[in-house]
Amino acid sequence: MVKNAVLEVQNGNVIQTLNNLWRQLLEKGLVDALLIPQELPSGGNVVQTLVSRVDSLTTPNPLAPVMPVNSARLVSQMTKVTPSPRKVGVVLRPCELRALIELVKLKQASLENLVLIGIDCFGTYSVNDYKKLAENGSSPSDAFIKAVKEGKEDPSLRQVCQMCEYPTPMNADIAIGLIGIDLDKSLLIQASTPEGERILEALELKESSEADVTKRDEAVSKLVEQRTKKRDEVLQQTQQETSGIDNLMKVLASCINCHNCRDVCPLCFCKECFFDSPTFEMEAEKYLGWAEKKGTIRMPTHNLLFHLTRMSHMVTSCVGCGMCSEACPNDIPVANIFRLVGLNTQKLFDYVPGRSLDEPIPVSTFQERELLKVPEKL
Amino acid sequence: MQEQQEQQQEKDGFEPNIVGLLCHWCTYTAADLAGTTRTQYPPNIRPIQTMCSGMVDPVYVLWALLGGADGVLIGGCHPADCHYVSGNYKARRKIAVLKSIFNTLGLDDDRIWLCWISAAEGQLFANTVAKFTETLKKKGPNPMKEYWTT
Repeated sequence: MVKNAVLEVQNGNVIQTLNNLWRQLLEKGLVDALLIPQELPSGGNVVQTLVSRVDSLTTPNPLAPVMPVNSARLVSQMTKVTPSPRKVGVVLRPCELRALIELVKLKQASLENLVLIGIDCFGTYSVNDYKKLAENGSSPSDAFIKAVKEGKEDPSLRQVCQMCEYPTPMNADIAIGLIGIDLDKSLLIQASTPEGERILEALELKESSEADVTKRDEAVSKLVEQRTKKRDEVLQQTQQETSGIDNLMKVLASCINCHNCRDVCPLCFCKECFFDSPTFEMEAEKYLGWAEKKGTIRMPTHNLLFHLTRMSHMVTSCVGCGMCSEACPNDIPVANIFRLVGLNTQKLFDYVPGRSLDEPIPVSTFQERELLKVPEKL
Repeated sequence: MQEQQEQQQEKDGFEPNIVGLLCHWCTYTAADLAGTTRTQYPPNIRPIQTMCSGMVDPVYVLWALLGGADGVLIGGCHPADCHYVSGNYKARRKIAVLKSIFNTLGLDDDRIWLCWISAAEGQLFANTVAKFTETLKKKGPNPMKEYWTT
């Protein structure tokens, strides 16, 4: 069985080469449909599409440096009620895959009949930045891949991407390796499940050399190291800026309670959020009572309560995709705060969101002898 | 200097508000026991009965602390004694997460106490409330509740 295969790059064009791969998946019936990012005919954005016919696969481009939504939400939407009996290949970024694994554990998505295809990620621009780049005429993807080949990282990539220490797919059936690979020559296609191996076999791909795999692994460790360093720098700054109630309220001063950060979060899955519940349908006297007690209350109410509650509910599963910061109309660094708190809370349980399907969500399980310092002792 | 003294005096006269989220099967019953045995303890706690410490959502604690409480006491059964088998263990995880959030954001996690007090431990309940009240008096009012912008 082939586990590590080589995909030769044609004419130095990575996107075109991958395009052939997607076509083959559909043509050979290895999948019945693909969930894959495609460039919009209008240009200016690359969005997830569900494609079931080869001739409709016009502009697939999962390498485009933009992520309008975390696609784990889409997979959840498609598979939660009843998964399809047909095989669907889903092409996801590493953070989307990790979010999907979390959603499966939360019983909000199913991996049944899915083929998970993960791609190494060099980072993404915000949707607006991508649009501006596209308006300049040249293809942002080509420029991006050129920069990657030269080993450069654009400082205007989203900050969460620059400090993401998981640039490679975890738990994918097939992982497409780009990091540390000579993209003018070939790509590395790795199968990590029997399903993945079956597909590599059917695609009749050549076995890759051991050296290629090692080269990638080394480049990945180097990139992870670099990003971890960046992460620690950024989060130290975040810690300083948000420490204490005074600073926290300064950061949240521009929050307008729109709850966009919750709406785009792949892990905030509750059908009815507590903050949309009748708990908050209160009579005027309630507000007046609070106003009387404190003298003044900020309207709309429950600003910090919302953020801290959302945090206490899902921060142990936060994958750091940064969609929250993208959705914030007033540029509150929600993602940085969640990453900072996430790291500390996940450390408590030695938990990495999306690492394994076998590790239960921390707050859904327990061990008898743990956290012995949490309860007070008189 | 004078200002400091005034602050100190204010702290001295300060009576903290404690919200107690107490498990029906143990700590709430312990509070009853403390009452029926006439055990004296500070009147600063406002007990709320919950069916299990495991059903205490972090939002209850947060709402209390932002809405006027100086401390929150979550009372549950001793490990291995939960009426619902594992609610107290789950509570411990949830409170650990909440405390970690507080710690990271520079908020005072020592205003949240999780205590294991069985139905037979009326005296322990009284002692716990006394100790918590004393701790909060030393700390002074909860700065989060003073904010009108939260």
